[in-house]
Amino acid sequence: MATQTHDAGQAVAEAPGMPQLDFTSFPNQIFWLVVTLVIIYLVLDRVALPRIGAILAERQGTITNDIAAAEDLKVKAVEAEGIYNQALADARAEAQTIAAETRAEIQGDLNDAIAKADAEIAAKAAESEKAIAEIRASALEAVEAVATDTAAEIVAVLGGKADAKGVAAAVTERMKG
Amino acid sequence: MSSEATGAEHAVDEGGLVFHPMDQFIIKPLFGDGAVAWYTPTNATLWMGLSIVAIIVLLVLSTSKRAIVPSRAQSIAELAYGFVYKMVEDVTGKDGVKYFPYIMTLFMFIVCANFLGLLPMAFTPTSHIAVTAVMAMAVFLSVTIIGFYKNGLGFLGVFWISSAPLALRPILALIEVISYFVRPVSHSIRLAGNMMAGHAVMKVFAAFAAIAIASPIAIVAISAIYALEMLVAFIQAYVFAILTCVYLKDALHPHH
Repeated sequence: MATQTHDAGQAVAEAPGMPQLDFTSFPNQIFWLVVTLVIIYLVLDRVALPRIGAILAERQGTITNDIAAAEDLKVKAVEAEGIYNQALADARAEAQTIAAETRAEIQGDLNDAIAKADAEIAAKAAESEKAIAEIRASALEAVEAVATDTAAEIVAVLGGKADAKGVAAAVTERMKG
Repeated sequence: MSSEATGAEHAVDEGGLVFHPMDQFIIKPLFGDGAVAWYTPTNATLWMGLSIVAIIVLLVLSTSKRAIVPSRAQSIAELAYGFVYKMVEDVTGKDGVKYFPYIMTLFMFIVCANFLGLLPMAFTPTSHIAVTAVMAMAVFLSVTIIGFYKNGLGFLGVFWISSAPLALRPILALIEVISYFVRPVSHSIRLAGNMMAGHAVMKVFAAFAAIAIASPIAIVAISAIYALEMLVAFIQAYVFAILTCVYLKDALHPHH
């Protein structure tokens, strides 16, 4: 054991510093490296890489499908919005029509009522005028009668003999004048 | 065991401050003290095996539920997959995607080995030039073979820069040929060198921590370098993978 250790120490001392340049270990390293690389290659090529590739492809597919579905939903949403806007516009137009009709109806009623009121007012005014004319006529008659009587009395007081017909004619004559 | 004994010996020899920043890279048999034959299970074997386990946990077990809405572990697996896949696709184009499993293998091995190597007492397989050189040579050879197989002699067009002035082209071709053959060297040394340097520096600071007066600085420095090494562990794996993609792109589309 001791001699072996000593030998190893000498060997290291002979290879100055760089175990990398100890060519006796090269076949060993190369052999095990080739074994290692072949194993890694087989593991990667047969198992790992196809599996990871499949996972990535599947995820890509899922994402693509989801995006397509989202596009569909978006198109549907846009359609729904269009329909909603259409309905809104229709409702608004209908409301406007109804409002215009109602306004026209009210305007008609109003016009009727105004016309009726005008007619009533006109009728009342005509009636009143008639009454006023009657009153005026009766007032004139009364004035004529009073004037005649008064004239006759005045004539009588003054000592004349009142001719009723003459007085009435004179009063009438004056009243016209 | 042997390195500890050596350390003790050095300590006796030198008496003062002793550190062996490179001892952590020594390849040791897992069982016993015998020589390292090509089949001996060593600490390198152990940590390569642990990186396999880490990859299986990270990429296989975490995705076992195949959830549409991923768990945390599954998102990490998906993130790693997406990261490397996008890198391969962006750099090499659609026709490079069929090489994705190979690049993923390299990337996952390097990133797991780098991060596991940051654990205390761990061994980092990717700090060894033998490991990175094999990977770099594998990339170099397969890229060259793919290039000639796909394009025939047209692959040589990668050296013939048709956008340059005609007089310059032979010189550029020479430079391109040299740089093409230097690729595996830089490719492998970049990774191994980065890993080795970081671990060695940490070990040096760890040795300084034994000196009472320097220990606060050393501990702060170790923390800082550890954080840096976390970054380097990822970046070097990324660089290795993306350079592989770039080389592959040259092979698939040799005309600039």
